Amino acid sequence: MNQFQYVRPSKPKAAIDARAKDQNSQFIAGGTNLLDLMKRGVMNPERLIDISRLPLDKLERQNNTFRIGSMALNATVADDKQVLEKLPLLAQALNAGASAQLRNMATIGGNMLQRTRCPYFYDTALPCNKREPGSGCGALEGYNRMHAIFGFSDKCIAVHPSDMSVALVALDATVLVSGPKGDRRIPFAELHRLPGDMPQKDTTLETGELITAVEVPEGPFTKNVHYLKVRERASYAFALVSVAAALQLENNIIKDARLAMGGVAHKPWRLTEAEKSLVGKPATEATFQAAAAIAMQGAKAFKHNAYKLKLGPNAIVQALKNATNVA
Amino acid sequence: MADEISDSKPENPKCGHDAARRQFLKQSSVLTALAFTPGPVVQAAAAEWDEKIAAPFEKVGLKLAVNGKSYKLSVEPRVTLLDLLREQLHLTGTKKGCDYGQCGACTVHVDGKRVNSCLALAVMQDGREITTIEGLAKGDDLHPMQEAFIKHDGFQCGYCTPGQIMSAVACIREGKADSEGEIREFMSGNICRCGAYPNIVAAIQEVKTGGQKV
Repeated sequence: MNQFQYVRPSKPKAAIDARAKDQNSQFIAGGTNLLDLMKRGVMNPERLIDISRLPLDKLERQNNTFRIGSMALNATVADDKQVLEKLPLLAQALNAGASAQLRNMATIGGNMLQRTRCPYFYDTALPCNKREPGSGCGALEGYNRMHAIFGFSDKCIAVHPSDMSVALVALDATVLVSGPKGDRRIPFAELHRLPGDMPQKDTTLETGELITAVEVPEGPFTKNVHYLKVRERASYAFALVSVAAALQLENNIIKDARLAMGGVAHKPWRLTEAEKSLVGKPATEATFQAAAAIAMQGAKAFKHNAYKLKLGPNAIVQALKNATNVA
Repeated sequence: MADEISDSKPENPKCGHDAARRQFLKQSSVLTALAFTPGPVVQAAAAEWDEKIAAPFEKVGLKLAVNGKSYKLSVEPRVTLLDLLREQLHLTGTKKGCDYGQCGACTVHVDGKRVNSCLALAVMQDGREITTIEGLAKGDDLHPMQEAFIKHDGFQCGYCTPGQIMSAVACIREGKADSEGEIREFMSGNICRCGAYPNIVAAIQEVKTGGQKV
């Protein structure tokens, strides 16, 4: 790992100032992704601003909304009794991510900012527009079996790796941010961006902006939820495809529905049209199949990831069946 | 070399010198920053970089309690907890496997929580309590999990074993060892290339059902 300067500010404002004035600096919280990238030479910040001890780790519940501090640990949130009861989809997604050791280190804010695991991004000998703008995309014509089927550009076909983010986008979360220009709220669906011509920019955050918390409304999705993660081994691997499914049922009729996918796009992929198609229908396999077909409209595969065109809808149907106990 | 001192011993006389040097570096790095960036903002920011600051080449002081013993240490910012334990404290039971948080060989407990010490900067652990595999046994009395690993032949090549045992203890303490499926899921951050998994699962189940204090 290259040398860097280390500073540990005691207040969020000092951290924001330090970051805003230094393009070559990075915030570090859990460090589980940043140190990995620094060891491989993918990221080389000259200064680390340690935000891990800032007082941003509270988990509060007020007026049917959870406010989760950005420094709260993944394991703490996943094991919280109120989260398990009121936001089971979030708890399931958190537990599907990484290992127990990493969940004890990784923070909620860092989880959503983790970077793609595209092998062309990770290998500094290979071209990658996300790592080195203008160098090209190795995955486009390369070994692209893990890559996107939605929302990609000819500059980048990488996918966003976070499981938690798939649940948060389905649950209509809001990200709370403090920055040099003050505080703002970002709907979770607008935090991550599609690659377009600037794949190096993962999010809509500006330099110096610090995620302070995420707000998640409880909603009616406490019972019929499922986070399905399809991966190459039974646990502790990134998703090939994942599905966050949450339904509100009354007498087996779907009153409200949320669906999002992971492993298919540069951002957590909310399936709004498929959600609409579910509302008012009975919770049956036929309903789920129809929604899955709508969800996959516009999907396009590359040489090695065509399997996702079939795995995707199957995973959606299975997640909805698991959420509703439909056999 | 370790600049290690037990808290029970007198202060290292070098500390005063180090503190003065650190103060000088702190000021000089602020001055350097001032030379390249607009004044007032940096001054404001610099005024609150109060808890820790270390230049890239500079060693920074930290206190750790490791296996019940207090240490005052100094490290470069880039030194990981794993390298500190192995290279400075010579606690080589904690293994360096992949060094990227993927294999679990470096698992230790920090303030009672299991973590991958390869992905933890030592400087960020200031003031925390660390337990390594060397801290589990009480003298010649092995920890029940160590006994169970021996009994069930959960070792094979042995390289992953310290990390497996640290995770296994945490797994039970976290209440995640109620079934074989749960044990496998919550032990999945520890990879064993020899495939000692069935024996490891058996050892954990025995300790869990045996009701011994872990």
